[in-house]
Amino acid sequence: MRKLAVDVVVIGGGSTGVGVVRDVAMRGYSAVLLERADLAQGTSGRFHGLLHSGGRYVVSDPGSATECAEENVIVTRIHADAVEPTGGYFVTAPGDDPEFADKFLAGAAATGVPAREISVAEALRNEPRLNPGILRAVEVQDGTVDGWQMTWGAARSAMEYGAKVLTYHKVTKIDRADGRVSAVHCVDLKDGEDVRIECTFVLNCAGPWAGQVAAMADCHPVDVIPGRGIMIAMNHRLVNRVINRLIYPADGDILVPVHTVSIIGTTDVKVENPDDLAIEPVEVQEMLDAGEILIPGFRKSRALHAWAGARPLIKDSRVSSSDTRHMSRGMAVIDHHERDGLDGMLTIGGGKLTTYRLMAEHIVDEMCRKLGETRACRTASEIVPGSENQKNYVVTHRLHDREEDRLEDQIICECELMSRQMFVKAWDDQPQATFDDIRRQLRLGMGPCQGGFCSMRATGVALETKHIDIERATGLLRLFLKNRWIGLWPILYGDQVRQTALDNWIFNGTLDIDHLPAPEEEVKL
Amino acid sequence: MNTPQSSPPPRRSPEQLSGDPAVSDSLDFAGHEFARASLDHCVKCTICETVCPVSAVTPLFSGPKFVGPQAERFRNGESVDHSLDYCSSCGACTLACPQGVQIAELNSQARAVMKADHMPVRDRLISQTTLMGTMMTPVAPLANAVLANKPIRTVVEKVFGVHRDAPMPPAQTQTIQGWLKKRGPRKTPATRGPIVFFHGCAGGYFEVETSKRSIEVLEHLGYEVLVPKQGCCGLAQQSNGLFDQATDAVLKLCDDLRAAGELTIVSSSGSCTGMLKHEAHEIMGVDDERLKDVATRIRDMMEFLLEVADAGELPELSPIEMTVPYHAPCQLKSQGMGMPALDVLRLIPGLTVVESGATCCGIAGTYGLKKEKYEIAQAVGKPLFEMVRDTNPDLALCDTETCRWQIRKGSGVPTEHPVFLIHQALGLS
Ligand SMILES: Cc1cc2nc3c(=O)[nH]c(=O)nc-3n(C[C@H](O)[C@H](O)[C@H](O)COP(=O)(O)OP(=O)(O)OC[C@H]3O[C@@H](n4cnc5c(N)ncnc54)[C@H](O)[C@@H]3O)c2cc1C
Ligand code: SF4
Ligand code: SF4
Ligand code: SF4
Repeated sequence: MRKLAVDVVVIGGGSTGVGVVRDVAMRGYSAVLLERADLAQGTSGRFHGLLHSGGRYVVSDPGSATECAEENVIVTRIHADAVEPTGGYFVTAPGDDPEFADKFLAGAAATGVPAREISVAEALRNEPRLNPGILRAVEVQDGTVDGWQMTWGAARSAMEYGAKVLTYHKVTKIDRADGRVSAVHCVDLKDGEDVRIECTFVLNCAGPWAGQVAAMADCHPVDVIPGRGIMIAMNHRLVNRVINRLIYPADGDILVPVHTVSIIGTTDVKVENPDDLAIEPVEVQEMLDAGEILIPGFRKSRALHAWAGARPLIKDSRVSSSDTRHMSRGMAVIDHHERDGLDGMLTIGGGKLTTYRLMAEHIVDEMCRKLGETRACRTASEIVPGSENQKNYVVTHRLHDREEDRLEDQIICECELMSRQMFVKAWDDQPQATFDDIRRQLRLGMGPCQGGFCSMRATGVALETKHIDIERATGLLRLFLKNRWIGLWPILYGDQVRQTALDNWIFNGTLDIDHLPAPEEEVKL
Repeated sequence: MNTPQSSPPPRRSPEQLSGDPAVSDSLDFAGHEFARASLDHCVKCTICETVCPVSAVTPLFSGPKFVGPQAERFRNGESVDHSLDYCSSCGACTLACPQGVQIAELNSQARAVMKADHMPVRDRLISQTTLMGTMMTPVAPLANAVLANKPIRTVVEKVFGVHRDAPMPPAQTQTIQGWLKKRGPRKTPATRGPIVFFHGCAGGYFEVETSKRSIEVLEHLGYEVLVPKQGCCGLAQQSNGLFDQATDAVLKLCDDLRAAGELTIVSSSGSCTGMLKHEAHEIMGVDDERLKDVATRIRDMMEFLLEVADAGELPELSPIEMTVPYHAPCQLKSQGMGMPALDVLRLIPGLTVVESGATCCGIAGTYGLKKEKYEIAQAVGKPLFEMVRDTNPDLALCDTETCRWQIRKGSGVPTEHPVFLIHQALGLS
């Protein structure tokens, strides 16, 4: 068993947990973050990619609207490399109530969300694929955000301040002593070793799994009701701005251009288990129909991949007013003192990726208050590593980079223009990685061929650089293809069928991947 | 011809497009719509890469799959990948793609977007074919001397970026209109009714002999050949990314050609025919009834002769004992009509026609004239030049003007339009 001792243990490496560990470390506490998988592998990597302007909430949830508007500006600045300030439109589709736009504009004015009505002609000129039948259009400051890039940026910042970030470390138990948290137990999933971390405070940021984690400290169950939503990425940018329906928030009302794709979403279905998120055929059809309303011809465009995430909503009946600080309607910080007789542990739930920094600020403020200390939050003003040059992401970046180095470097993933050097560097940084870990950072295999051509190249390069042996090579390749398949089969129609057939011929017909030298047990991580 | 699997998105009316005058309709089109939608069909098979004549000879060009369906996903109304300009627009990739991706069209559109803000003077100049022709004709001997003069060509290269050794059109002493005027009305009566002849700028000013012989062949067949006053199709401007000017030119030309009535239009300018048939619509998104009308009525000269032959109406051809190399230009191939010249020429007894098998001669319109492309164009054309020389050092055949200039220059073999041999076999020369 390995042993560590720190001031604060943060559980969960999604946007919230990473934001929290960064904040904790910047305020001078020693801290460790424990994540059972890779960073932003949970909800923060399975979301819609929208950096909210607040527009979506101006009528339904004014408090959240204002928070989003403020955080949008901050996140765009401190995470410049993860955010593309695309701008966004709210449009009244044919059949939608045109008068909602008036409520929207009034709400925007009241909540401080910048919004401006523009002519339908202007909207159509800038977004020529939009439904020409739209009745009204309002321009807002929506952006798009890469959840992985943002989370890693915050994690690197935390590490610069001395925090330890331990991925593939699953929390199994939280010890209490004399009504206080005393230590956190976890297991290093890569080598199976147990780790015990002594600490004075635990911040539970496990998102939809926050209930499970609270139970590990023998607390009364925290009622997390995961709300499952599905999203579908289309092969290219059908729009260059975020397009929202100008209606009271509903399913399938947003199309988001993130990197090279455009993502339609999303649904909201209550589920029991956040580890078991189905992508139901009816929801897929619902999304395609919704896309068709915004972009005529949507169904004929090529769908690449579908995925589902679970909203970490907390509806806790046990919480008394003195125990919960409802910082806003969208997020909640639960103190386990009165509720469960446990000091030194707070749980946070709800919120959005857009407001991750503010959530962190709230929970760390609360921790300081409980510790009787005043240490100011500085996360809003400090730029994270990687964004120092203050240049926001633009979709042309990689094309530009490859134009520069195309004569010197090889391209491994053609669809997403990932070069060999980028790949080799990522392996050097994370020699135990899976291809999915690399994918989250470099977009390996996320383009049209869904790994069909790049995954075998990546395997070859990883083998050649001696990071893996031949058995692990096969194992990793199979694992990667299996994971790609999860998001492929629900949308297998049209062009993607041809691609999948070709990929299948390559892997089964030519490579005979099922009979390559492989480890006795399939590689899982 | 490949048929894309999905229909293009609905087109917008001019009212929907208007607004910012700086963004023209055709450039606007270049950012999206039909060709872009076709990128969805790409399965990464790499077949297009195997036919690209440019990437085969230089690493400076990343090839059709990269520049087309891949790079396009990273473009957002902006083209940062300047090397895409190495694409010669030969169209071989589009023709080869088994999935119907409009690769060459995507490249042409991306280039137009890229050049929208910084078009080299050179690209403007060499795309103004009519202007160049009009300026040169009255002073042809001088123009020829100037174009053959190395020091002057060196200056031209420095100033305009046209390579000093690049093939240049032979300026003529007479334009086709001048010839028509001089020769007066035809002597034999027309037995078959009227058709329109479209000579194109090159056929009007530089390749006058081709136009003359085409007219004589058509007249021999009994047609009354109408040659209305006609401007430029705008192809050179289109291939240099000047979509606005090209759109104006092509529509103006449609008016010229329609002025003669609803007749079949025949042209011996293979590339201009392609512009009217499909390129103006597919690359620049010109969506005009006049263009559609002309596009359905126009025939390539050899295509037309094949129709006549198929109908059993071609007079007997006298034998020509010869072996001759024939090169089908890329812009002809991309019209998706096979190689009608081959079929017609093979009707001449005694004549052995050897198809070049080459994808492209390298010139691809004005591509090979540019100083940074000259070497590439020569490298692309090399196997063709050798094949031509080996097959017959005295005559080669090819349907488009600039390709003939390139083959003449590269191989030293006199190169003419296939109609020359038909003309001869009909006893007209
Ligand atoms: C469908 C959908 C679309 C969305 N779209 C948007 C959007 O467009 N814009 C926006 O701003 N927000 C959006 N959201 C909300 C946003 O994604 C979430 O609020 C946010 O990502 C939550 O982050 P988190 O860190 O709280 O949770 P998570 O990202 O889920 O992080 C929790 C982490 O805890 C880890 N964990 C669990 N158990 C253990 C354990 N025992 N030991 C160690 N680690 C453990 C998990 O592996 C996980 O990584 C969307 C949400 C959904 C569901
Ligand atoms: S031939 Fe067509 S499908 Fe194949 S790689 Fe080229 S563009 Fe894609
Ligand atoms: S148009 Fe010709 S030069 Fe351009 S990419 Fe296609 S094959 Fe290559
Ligand atoms: S393409 Fe034809 S009509 Fe057009 S410029 Fe060239 S020669 Fe003239």
